[in-house]
Formats: sequence, C-alpha cells, structure tokens
Amino acid sequence: MAATILPTAPTGRVEIRARKAGFLADLRSIAGRAVRSIPREPEAIVPALLIPLFFFVVNTGSLQDVAQNFGPGFDYKAFQLPVAIVFAVTGISRASTLVTDIQNGYFDRLQMTPVSRLSLLLGLMVADFVNVLALSIPVLGLGLAVGVDVESGVLGALLFLLLASLWGLAFTGFPYAIALKTGNPAAVNSSFLLFFPFAFLTTSFVPQEALTSWLGTTATYNPVTYLLDGLRSLLSEGWDAAALGKAIAAIAGIGVVSIGLALAALRGRVDRG
Amino acid sequence: MVTTAPHPSVGSQPVPDGTAPPPAVLTKGLERRFGDVVAVAGVDLEVRTGEIYGFLGPNGAGKSTTIRMLCTLLTPSAGTAVVAGHDVATDPDAVRLRIGVALQDAALDPKQTGRELLRLQGRLYGLRSREIDARLESLSDLVDIGDAMDRFIGTYSGGMRRRLDLAAALIHNPEVLFLDEPTSGLDPESRSAVWEEVRRLNTALGMTIFLTTQYLEEADVLADRVGIIARGRIVAEGTPDELKRAVGTDLIIARIAGDAGAARKALDGIDGIVGVEVHGDELTVSATAGPAALSPVAVALAQCGVVVEELTLRRPTLDDVFLELTGGRLQEREEAA
Repeated sequence: MAATILPTAPTGRVEIRARKAGFLADLRSIAGRAVRSIPREPEAIVPALLIPLFFFVVNTGSLQDVAQNFGPGFDYKAFQLPVAIVFAVTGISRASTLVTDIQNGYFDRLQMTPVSRLSLLLGLMVADFVNVLALSIPVLGLGLAVGVDVESGVLGALLFLLLASLWGLAFTGFPYAIALKTGNPAAVNSSFLLFFPFAFLTTSFVPQEALTSWLGTTATYNPVTYLLDGLRSLLSEGWDAAALGKAIAAIAGIGVVSIGLALAALRGRVDRG
Repeated sequence: MVTTAPHPSVGSQPVPDGTAPPPAVLTKGLERRFGDVVAVAGVDLEVRTGEIYGFLGPNGAGKSTTIRMLCTLLTPSAGTAVVAGHDVATDPDAVRLRIGVALQDAALDPKQTGRELLRLQGRLYGLRSREIDARLESLSDLVDIGDAMDRFIGTYSGGMRRRLDLAAALIHNPEVLFLDEPTSGLDPESRSAVWEEVRRLNTALGMTIFLTTQYLEEADVLADRVGIIARGRIVAEGTPDELKRAVGTDLIIARIAGDAGAARKALDGIDGIVGVEVHGDELTVSATAGPAALSPVAVALAQCGVVVEELTLRRPTLDDVFLELTGGRLQEREEAA
C-alpha cells in the first residue's frame, strides 16, 4: 500500500461525485450481482434440478399403470410434469445469500450507500426469476423427451414456463421474510419445511377426486392445486381460460402474502431501529 | 473533561472568505439505547472539516454504536447528529452520498471478485462506467493487489480484504471518511501502512477522517484531535498534547513491594510533586520537573521500607489521561483484547 491515491491538489477534489442512481439502476445493479452469483453456487442449483427429475422418473415409473384407473388413456407423465416443475421452483431463492450478507456485514455496507432499500430485496427476486426459469426449462425438456405433448402448442409451453417461474417467484417471499427478520441461516434453511404442505397436500400424485376425503378438502384450500390444474390444462387440454385464471389467482394470492411478509421484514431490517 | 479548547487542526481547509467551514460532524446530546441498556449516553462532538479525529475508548465504550449512528445505520434514541451538513435522522440519503465507511470487520462479499465489488459499489453511488474506471485507476495503488482484483474475494488474505474494503469506502470520493478500528488485528507493518494512507488522504485531499480506535499510539500519532469515550460518554477531548499536558508534565512510575500506603505518605512534601496515585503495586507520581524529582522520590521510597522493583521516568501518555479520568487503564484492556 503506497504511492499517491488520487491525483488532486490539496484544496481541490476530483470532480467525480456520488449521486442517487435511481430505483431502476439500483435494481439492475443488485440483480446483476445476484445473477452473477448463481452459477458460482452449483451446490444450490444441482439438487434443485435433480430432485424434481428424480421424483418425475420415480413417480411415473411406479404409478403409471395404476393411473390407468383414472380413465382410459390417462397420460400420467403429463399429469406429473407440472409437479416436477413445481418441485423445481418452489423455495428456490437467494435468501441464504442474503442472510450471509447480513451476518458478514455486507448488507450494512449496501445500506450505507444511497441505494433504494426496496431494490435490495427486489433485485434478488429478479435473479430468482431468472434462476427458476432456467431450472424449469430442462424439466420441461425432459417431459417433452419422454413423450409429453403440449396441447396448447409453443405459446402454451412458454406460458407453462412463465406460470411455473412466477409461482417460484411468488414463493420466495417466505424465505426472504425469515432471512430479513432473523438474520439466521438455520431459520432460513428451515423455511424449506413450508414446501411440504404446499407440495404434498394437493394433487401431486392423483387427481383430486381420487384423494381421500380429508386430503381432498385440504387440497381445495391449497393454491398449488389450482396451479397444477392450470399447468396441466396447458399440456392436456389446450387453452382453458378458467383453469389458467385460477392458476394466476393462486400465484397472485401467495405472492401478495409472501412478498408482503418479506417487505414488512425488509422495513424492519432497514428502519435503523 | 480535561480540555475542550479549540485547536486549529493541521488539515483544516479555510473557506475563501476566511471563516471556518461548517463542522464535518456535529452532535448534540447524542444517545442510543437498546432496551434498558444505554450504549451512548449524550455525546457532544464537533469534528472540523479537514481534520483527523480520533475516537478513543475501550471495547464496549460506545465507539461503534456512535459511528453506526453517524453512518446512518442506527437512528439516535435522542439528540441530533449532523454529518457533512445533513441530519442523519431526517436526511440520511444526503449523508450517505457524502460519507465513506470502513467498519471494523471488512464487509465484503466473498463470491464477487474485487473488481466486481468495487464496480457495484460505484454504480450504487450513481457513478457512470467511465467514472468508475477513473476511480479504479486512482485507487489501484491503494488496493495494490494486482491480478487478484479478478479473483474471488474469498481467496484474499486479511490485509488484501482491508485494502479492498478501504477502496470500497473511497470509490465515490467521499467528503468524510469513517474508519472503525481500521488497524484492529493487523500486524505492525500493515498498521503503519494504513496510518500512512490515512495521512495521505487527509493531506492530499483535505478529506475529513473520523476514526475509532482502542490503540493509544494510533490516536496519538494520527489524530489532530482526540475524543476519549468511556461508558457511553465523552470524558475528554483535545489535541493529544493538550490532553497529556492536563495530566502533568512528567510521570515517575514506581513498582514496589511493600506497604503502598506508607510509600505514598513518604512522598508527601517533596518539592515539584503535584500528585500521587496508587494502582495496585504501582505508584504514579506526577511531577512538574521529573528529572529533578526522581532522586528525592527514590530516596523517600527506600527510607520508608518498601522495595523498589522498578522506577521509570516518562512523559504522560493518553493511557495516563484515561487512567486519571476513569480510574482504569486503556492499555491493559488493549493488551487483553
């Protein structure tokens, strides 16, 4: 560490001066850093990709023949593909990175800049959206490779990916809320528990009419049921406005709750109290 | 308070009309409570533009809480703080644009490269790409890590992390630089290098620097003025020389074995001695002319029956100031830390 730091006269500063970058620029900066870090953490991506592929292969392998009882020509692979997608995208977030930032003081460093506080959270969510979209593509690819048809065509396939990714995004509010509220990595890891009721108290394995009574009733109140119905409709039926509308409503409902919690936790974290 | 006498600082930049510039940091009755715990209990500070201000105190004295309020990370529970002309509570963004901060532990993201981190930092301060390029060029000597700029920060040594952290605090060319324990945990060579850089920033740019430290030597060598904080309150403020002069001209330190009370009594009436304090087996004798008082002190101690194990004459240090004001030694805490 030596030599002159800045080529300026004692009384004059260099002209470069800080200014507010603006919300969109802040969002781009925070999201850019988060997106860059995704491929640097393969340990977080590989399980997120392998688990849904594993479940897809095992579920279709073990239940395909039984599924013929649900009706002649019932395509169980098409039934399972949306489940695999939901497994791939639910609970994927940068919350563990956020909690590391909080613990090692980097979040404080960001807070001492004039960055928009909202972009500190939304920037991570933009990266999450990119991440879950990228995870959904190979899962859909596998489905197509094993013969699943998309009745709604290419546009339907794109909407399939978009809905899945929006669901993943809507769900991220929960781990972020926990990360911002607690600053505790163990608490963030335990947020994965939320995945189970959403992913399994629904039509993951059989249609709703085949569920036992209590599980059928529970599935009625689980937004994932409507998400799966909407995704399945794109594969098996074509364009079903009612099913798609309910899926979008389910995503929006969860998004309002989870992102609302995350924003409240962000306010608590940055209010300097 | 020993002294709060104004002292024109070395780095102060007078404004053209000859009036003093507004203070870089001004606090009045600054307080911060955490539940029932009062971490900062009414701090009044005035840091002049262009000076290096040393904020000295032991661990837990309230230094870090004060700096976190001044850097907009914590809202004061009471009182006011104005930094670079803006209130930290009501106009924090204006403060953020004008300050640079390096907190005690280098706050860096191990999964970014050094270059990525500095560029991101620059963008968050609204700098354009070519402005960031210019700042990176200017800071390259400070960062001084060569090719490592394109390696992940997780692979950096402690010294490299500190330098990068300081560069991140300077990327937007701030008016006021806050350094929280900038040399804590560094080896003596790295510590000297940081001191050199702090001086250079102050003299070359007139940058105001507010640094907290628990190292006496650091405050003594580096700071134009020093504020000493203990238990959440400022107990003394002034230039290092002013503070030391307030303790006494010279100090004779006697480490003895035997009756300390008798030894203290034996020193009564010796010409030139203005005070004697006993701390365990150590007598601290304040004298107006130390060399002249040394022999009479040695004779008096020998005659009163104690064994003198060590007898030294020295100038007062900031540690002596701290001892007189608080009854505890800062140095002992520093060594234990």
